[in-house]
Amino acid sequence: MTRYQLEVRVVPRTGLLDPPGKAIHHALHSLGYLGVEDVRVGKTIFLQIDAPSGREARGRAEEMCRKLLSNPVTEDYEVSVLGEGEVQDGTDS
Amino acid sequence: MSSAATEVTPRASDPEITPELVADHGLSTEEYERILAALGREPTFTELGVFSAMWSEHCGYKNSKRLLRLLPTEAPWVIEGPGENAGVIDVGDGWAVAFKIESHNHPSAVEPYQGAATGVGGILRDIFTMGARPIATLNSLRFGDLDDGRVRYLFGGVVKGIGDYGNCVGIPSLGGEVYFDRGYEDNPIVNAMAIGLMRSDELITGAAKGIGNTLMAVGARTGRDGIHGATFASEELSEENEAKRPQVQVGDPFTEKLLLEASLELIGSGAITGIQDMGAAGLTSSASEMAGRAGNGVEIDVALVPVREARMTPYEILLSESQERMLVIAETGREDEVERILRKWELEAAVIGQVTDDGMFRVLENGTVVADLPSLPLTQGCPTYERPGVESKEVEELRKRDLSHVSSSHGDLTGQLLDLMSSPNLSSKRWLFQQYDTTVRAASVIRPGGGAGVVRLPGTRRGIAATTDCNGRYCFLHPRRGAAIAVAEAARNLVCVGAVPTAVTNNLNFGSPLKPAIYHQLREAVLGIAEACLLFETPVTGGNVSLYNETDGAAIYPTPVIGMLGVVEDVERVCRHAFTRTGDAIVLLGTNKGEMGGSEYAYVLHDLVAGDPPGVDLLAERELQRAMIAMVQEDLLGSAHDCAEGGLACTLVESALGNGERSFGIDVTLTDEMAPVPTLFGESQGRIVVSCRPERLAHVIELAGSHNVPCVQIGQVSAPEGSFRIRAGTSGVDLPVRDLADAFFGAIPARMDSPAEATPAPDA
Amino acid sequence: MKVVVVTFPGSNCDQDCHRAVELSGGEPRYLWHRERGLSDADAVILPGGFAYGDYLRAGSIARFSPAMEDVVAFARQGGPVMAICNGFQIACEAGLLPGALMRNRTVRFHSFDQYLRIETTDTMWTSAYEPGQILSMPVAHAEGNYEADPDTIDRLEEDGRVLLRYVDATGATSEEGNPNGSARSIAGIMNEQGNVMGLMPHPDRAMEAVVGSVDGRGVFQSLARHLNGPGAK
Repeated sequence: MTRYQLEVRVVPRTGLLDPPGKAIHHALHSLGYLGVEDVRVGKTIFLQIDAPSGREARGRAEEMCRKLLSNPVTEDYEVSVLGEGEVQDGTDS
Repeated sequence: MSSAATEVTPRASDPEITPELVADHGLSTEEYERILAALGREPTFTELGVFSAMWSEHCGYKNSKRLLRLLPTEAPWVIEGPGENAGVIDVGDGWAVAFKIESHNHPSAVEPYQGAATGVGGILRDIFTMGARPIATLNSLRFGDLDDGRVRYLFGGVVKGIGDYGNCVGIPSLGGEVYFDRGYEDNPIVNAMAIGLMRSDELITGAAKGIGNTLMAVGARTGRDGIHGATFASEELSEENEAKRPQVQVGDPFTEKLLLEASLELIGSGAITGIQDMGAAGLTSSASEMAGRAGNGVEIDVALVPVREARMTPYEILLSESQERMLVIAETGREDEVERILRKWELEAAVIGQVTDDGMFRVLENGTVVADLPSLPLTQGCPTYERPGVESKEVEELRKRDLSHVSSSHGDLTGQLLDLMSSPNLSSKRWLFQQYDTTVRAASVIRPGGGAGVVRLPGTRRGIAATTDCNGRYCFLHPRRGAAIAVAEAARNLVCVGAVPTAVTNNLNFGSPLKPAIYHQLREAVLGIAEACLLFETPVTGGNVSLYNETDGAAIYPTPVIGMLGVVEDVERVCRHAFTRTGDAIVLLGTNKGEMGGSEYAYVLHDLVAGDPPGVDLLAERELQRAMIAMVQEDLLGSAHDCAEGGLACTLVESALGNGERSFGIDVTLTDEMAPVPTLFGESQGRIVVSCRPERLAHVIELAGSHNVPCVQIGQVSAPEGSFRIRAGTSGVDLPVRDLADAFFGAIPARMDSPAEATPAPDA
Repeated sequence: MKVVVVTFPGSNCDQDCHRAVELSGGEPRYLWHRERGLSDADAVILPGGFAYGDYLRAGSIARFSPAMEDVVAFARQGGPVMAICNGFQIACEAGLLPGALMRNRTVRFHSFDQYLRIETTDTMWTSAYEPGQILSMPVAHAEGNYEADPDTIDRLEEDGRVLLRYVDATGATSEEGNPNGSARSIAGIMNEQGNVMGLMPHPDRAMEAVVGSVDGRGVFQSLARHLNGPGAK
């Protein structure tokens, strides 16, 4: 078993209105940041997953995205494996 | 102005109009023939889209319009009846109230959070476009079995969507209802009602008045969301149209709040003559309906509409259902003023066209005409149908089912009462309304949790009471009676707080009207509403029809939700549903007939939706209403609560527990000559449980008598936290009221507080 | 007393605060967030709502409003500032008050009547109450979970700057009585000078018996006493 560090980025689906992004965009403009073309707000979720392979860890994370971490109707997700390390003794069951 | 013979230029990228394309737009061959006749030529792709949206069920009411004409709509206090953005009634002291209910069932089935949120947004816009400031919302919700993970996901999402949107805009929730039944498994019902207040002389309407006046798009920009939402809402859900799903509309309550303030300021400024939400079918319906109401035409250049995305086609701009947008008609020369007001509220306004005198709905793209349609056929020409309606044999059999084994069943009545009180339908809905702001605006006199809610009108002692009601099982088993019961129950809820029932908005949620069995339900339900509203003098001032609530052929229960308003003369003298004092007499108004058909008892304990639903005597209901109003106005009562699902026993539990601040024991003896189950759990209509100080009992009985309302003391309120005792013949129930409280308040949290088990995917 | 109620885009309790001032015999006026000018103000209210939709973080965008520059200057000169609910969140973001308001422990919006205990009456905000008095007022927030580093909280406690705590029906602090999970059940605090108060519950919604409670009156009465009374501290 290897412990993988994964990063899941959940973002509003392209084309959908993103109210927080819109409000922040507006606020940045009024603070004088005129060059900002677009703002979209998502969230980042860090996972540590014990799995036999990176592929398997990513697969599980993607399943979690479909099931819980993202809303398939309004959000897209992106999973990346940040790093890996041996599982320490006594930390797995 | 151009003449009627304008040349219309199809766009190079437009698809060819084929029978398939016409069918994809939800138009029948016959309907397409009508379009050809109205135009005298073939429509362009853009024009086809416009017709498709306007002649959809959602906008054109093609299968319900003829039936809706049967509803009473007039009374001296009605200022605006059906046909406007919302109904408006006079409530005295120079105040008028705009109110309406609307469904967002289909969007909520796809994406519960955004579906419900945008539902709230849409109904609020319908209110403030009349010039009224929203002062309250209510919600009528139906879901499948709450033990199902997908249902929990839908329910949780809808509640959060309603809460997040309404809380942010700052409109208190006054109540509503929610039911769970397998009949709504794949098709939840999300009906949102809003109430707004204005001075009666401040009314503005959605009419494009004044030739040459300017059309302006205000608020949010137009994106590709929800294109053909109106057509989508007019079809049943199936695997097949999954792909046709419009982009989900996303609600932005912050923009809505700004739009609300800006709209009211615009209306107050006199710079505009008309305003309308770009709701279902977006710019198309708002522009053509506003033109239609004023008997004028409009000319719009879509290139002037502020868009969120690049390269949007006229088709897309015309049919987009992006939220938080308005169409306003500005007086010529005052466009700058409109823009200034919008800018103050950090919103955009753009001139997009003008009012014309030729009655045409004309659309340009950078000056080239891409659609040129006569507005009359567009808004009024939608064919309406009267369809054959025949009751389903299955339903008839279910109704005739003998339920005597249910009535005569025995067993542990105390245990059965606990089972009922912990079923999601009868348990407390505190979990929901504690997520809705109920106190913002500091005017909520009676908050959610009882029957009707009450808000005070500013600067007066007057209040507005409101409720929503409908028992879908009754309507399934007997649509006409079920619908009449919904009206009667709504009125009963209002009189219990001391309000005089005044007017109705309704939301007809049904399956596909193309099926004779469903059309039968629709017609019968409309007749039931008409009969009750006529007798109660509560005209229907508008509402909404949501058809095709079906998945793979299975329809929801017919659910004609009744939203009713009442006027409270003195908010210092309202009555609440919870018992208030130890020693008070508990009094039953009305008679128990022990009716078990369609009851919650039969559903929870026998897994049955069958039998003849309770009878309803509308004349007796009217007498009961009058007696009840008099009792509250004379300040005779400690509490009043309508008897509904779960029968007398459950009503007594609800009054004993209130909203959980404190609870009382009771000592009640029932002497009806019938078996214990129907005595306790029968759902006869026309009953109200009241409590009063013992010294006022004689007066209560006398007042009831003067209205020919049966009235008998059945027991008294005992100690706080005491025993809950009902004797019914030789058996009965007896348990600590604390046990009932645990069951009643714990049922929904127990199912909802493990969010991981709520999943968007049916089988993820 | 002349009280300025600041309206941010998304404020929704500005009218309730305006009325509460009127009911307390004061003269309220609104100040739109883009306008300036507090020269005539005796006190300022930052009302509840969802300024800028509470997008990003509650209060994070509102604090950059032009009017907030004036409010901060007004507060630095000792002017009384009452920050209710979203106003509290804005005041924390603007550095007028220490700490921050995090998501409620339940991760849900909370809307109900909440019991509160008056912790000190020796302030311009609470002098009209009895020490230890138990109040009931509406709360309505999703982010009311007060947090600050332990040193800050210790200092608040030592200085007697915790004005209100969430309590249960018996008047005791307890887990059940502190539904949003605030550190040490803190519901309301003030700054070191005592002229800026932030609280999550809504005194502006507890001004009249007919809507459920009059327990909010004391906050406005205390302020009026401070501003008008000859014995003003």
